[in-house]
Amino acid sequence: MSEPFLSIQSVRKSFGATTVVQDFNLDVDKGEFISFLGPSGCGKTTMLRIVAGFEQPSAGRIVVDGKDVTGLKPNQRNIGMVFQAYALFPNMTVAQNIGFGLKVVGRPKAEIDARVAEMLALIKLGEFGARYPYQLSGGQQQRVALARAIAPKPRLLLLDEPLSALDAKVRVSLRDEIRAIQRELGITTIFVTHDQEEAMSMSDRIVVMNAGRADQVGAPFEVYNRPATRFVAGFVGTLNVLDAVVKDPASGAVEIGGVPVALARPVADAKSGDRISLALRPETISMTKEAGRSVAIPCTITAVNFLGSVIRISADANGNSLSFDTFNNPAAPPPTPGDRTTVHFSPADLLVLDA
Amino acid sequence: MKRFAAWTAFLLGSLIFILPLFGMTEFSLSMRRGEYSFDAYASVLADPQFRETFTYSVVMALFTIVFGILLVVPTAYWVRLKMPGLRPVVEFITLMPLVIPAIVIVFGYIRLYNTSSWLPLTGSAMGTNILLMFGYTALALPYMYRAVDTGLRSIDIATLTEAAQSLGAGWTTIFARVILPNVFVAVLSGAFLTFAIVIGEFTLAALLNRPAFGPYLQLVGANKAYEPSALAVISFAITWLCMGLIQIVARLAPKPPAQPH
Amino acid sequence: MSQTSTLGRWLSPQWFGVAPFFLFAFLFLILPALAIVIGAFRGADGGFTFDNIVGLNTPTIRNAYWVSIRVSFWSALLGCTIGFAMAAAATMGAMPRFIRSPLLTFSGVASNFAGLPLAFAFIATIGPAGLITVWLRTEFGINLRGATGFNLFSTTGLIVTYLFFQVPLMILIITPALDGLRREWREAAEILGATGAQYWRMVAFPILLPSLMGTFALLFANAFGAVATAFALAGPQLNIAPILLFSQIRGDVLGSPGLGYALAFGMIVITGLANALYLWLRARTERWQK
Repeated sequence: MSEPFLSIQSVRKSFGATTVVQDFNLDVDKGEFISFLGPSGCGKTTMLRIVAGFEQPSAGRIVVDGKDVTGLKPNQRNIGMVFQAYALFPNMTVAQNIGFGLKVVGRPKAEIDARVAEMLALIKLGEFGARYPYQLSGGQQQRVALARAIAPKPRLLLLDEPLSALDAKVRVSLRDEIRAIQRELGITTIFVTHDQEEAMSMSDRIVVMNAGRADQVGAPFEVYNRPATRFVAGFVGTLNVLDAVVKDPASGAVEIGGVPVALARPVADAKSGDRISLALRPETISMTKEAGRSVAIPCTITAVNFLGSVIRISADANGNSLSFDTFNNPAAPPPTPGDRTTVHFSPADLLVLDA
Repeated sequence: MKRFAAWTAFLLGSLIFILPLFGMTEFSLSMRRGEYSFDAYASVLADPQFRETFTYSVVMALFTIVFGILLVVPTAYWVRLKMPGLRPVVEFITLMPLVIPAIVIVFGYIRLYNTSSWLPLTGSAMGTNILLMFGYTALALPYMYRAVDTGLRSIDIATLTEAAQSLGAGWTTIFARVILPNVFVAVLSGAFLTFAIVIGEFTLAALLNRPAFGPYLQLVGANKAYEPSALAVISFAITWLCMGLIQIVARLAPKPPAQPH
Repeated sequence: MSQTSTLGRWLSPQWFGVAPFFLFAFLFLILPALAIVIGAFRGADGGFTFDNIVGLNTPTIRNAYWVSIRVSFWSALLGCTIGFAMAAAATMGAMPRFIRSPLLTFSGVASNFAGLPLAFAFIATIGPAGLITVWLRTEFGINLRGATGFNLFSTTGLIVTYLFFQVPLMILIITPALDGLRREWREAAEILGATGAQYWRMVAFPILLPSLMGTFALLFANAFGAVATAFALAGPQLNIAPILLFSQIRGDVLGSPGLGYALAFGMIVITGLANALYLWLRARTERWQK
């Protein structure tokens, strides 16, 4: 059981002089849903295409279910894949598209028909089997693409930014649907996205990629709350970065804009008088003093954005700009720019960022 | 393996072009026994008939181009702007010359516009020249219309027209100062293509009995040995020139600004 | 742009904008074609008759049509096949990208290099005294005509010569269609387990089929109406439909003006049928298109 289902071992990929993926290691358990998250050009799609077999790694191995598949062609790997731009075959009906993977390996017609019907029911497009792709909406097309990918019962499902071409509403409902289907079938899945919200809401674990490397691998909760690098902290979620001066590294005593703060942990690799950066999530800051929020910093409101249920407030605290959220309260109108206020937060929520 | 197959297919296919081009060039230089010379070319260029027929065809090509532009550009513009429903009909008509052979069309001309008809165009040399020009326009119609229509598609003619109208421009001004400059490159492509088609055309000129370059080529081909190859090389060079000019013009042209979809 | 429609438009002054074009098209395209259709069914006395059409049924004319159809069919088929192979080789990633642009430019030139100069080029190359003919004879002692039966002035020679403009025309038309094949389709097919051959048979070929058929119909009509090349290669005695019509117009060789009409009418019918067949097949294969 300890044997990982998919193992990516020391993979590097270079195109000429540029290296797009380096030193990539990842073990995925059977049935896991993993996201590759990162900005465009970080190598996440290349890594996915290496797993699919469209690209050959310059070094390293891909092992699926105990077998080295590195040298195999895509059509020998038994992997399902969904592409960003649907990539349905326009000359085939929905049913023919879904049945394609079974047809090319010569399954009997009765079996194909049964499986296609099963898939159509799964994606709730039972009546659409005879339609052509152009007659479907984007969301429907992508569901068909998903059904086509899983119809041949692949060992692995790869999703290459499958939601990015869709409307915001469809995107949210489809991501729930994909996750539900994935859970139901228990299929091991890699999902590539640049949208951190997508990655966090769907994944068992997230691989945050930056410049061809995996910066951090972890559960969404972990990646969000304990980012391993400055890049991860900045890319996953919104972040306030505060300048601080170290007073006593051993005890974790620092000063933020002249206000003394005692950090929960010692500051490693720093000496008294060093300037460091501290990060703070917007949701950990409040204008009201509550239990645990022992740090109070005076500031001036610079902007107020009313987003509906949430109000996002920007403020200036002695040169540090802060951004934080309050819930909408019909009884209490929000502050206006220019107002002076005090914000409160807990020192435990401050993250020390690498230089 | 795949790469090898691709190169093989490509190189074998290329032989269809390379061999005849090489053959005609070699042959055109072989008039003098035992050595290469430009004798065949000198002989061609010295022939007064060559100059006369070539000039005739160039003039015909220029008239055809002007008439074609005047006929096609306003139509393509108008159809795009005001009558998009007509597009399939107009497109169908412009494609007719690709389906009906030129010889059939000219046969129709001869029967319709002979000396005893209601419009006796073939009765005089000038009338026949005009009829020939109409025929050439018809032959070039598919290419001319397509080039212009593609050019119009890349600019937002409705907005341009409205902008010009709001500034008080009349139709002539709009057409000459706004539309034409914007589809200039497309029109030039059509023009060079027309030139390449007209210059060596044989069937229409021969059957309408006009002293054009095409029938002259046929005469030389039937009576001389090396000169036809020299003429083939010259014709090929002219065709190259026309296509090359299309490319150059297209490259020099200012790109239209990006438009929202 | 809004869709113009309904009867109100039919009498509106908008028509003045397109009137010159329709007048031209009517006088110099539609009316000539119509004159031939009418002429084909009109007897010497001016009355309706099928005599002209029936009169086409002579060995000479039947043979002329048949040779024309064969030449057009084979030159179109070979042109499509070779042009497709070359375009696919140049666009599908197996060859360096810099090949592509010169190939398209050259195709533009070659597809317009037709008529008499083309015939001269082939005569200079594989004619009786042509470069290759002479070379084969002097270097290898091979008599091109004797050994292979090849004669430039025959229908085979005509087919080979026509390829010079048929192949580049195919390349020009099919290259954009090949560009339209999206990489994801190939990859989707591949990851679903399809072999390269299965991808071509089940995905790429069906998608390209309308373009292929359209080009075939165009190449067929292109070869069918070609007069000048054939005339220069073989002279007026070559018995193909357009040359027979050419001779008839010049000197009434058929002995009846009505027969000339019928001959021309037959040519329209054949190229028209080729295109109608194309349109019909396209309607069948394009159910999946918008």
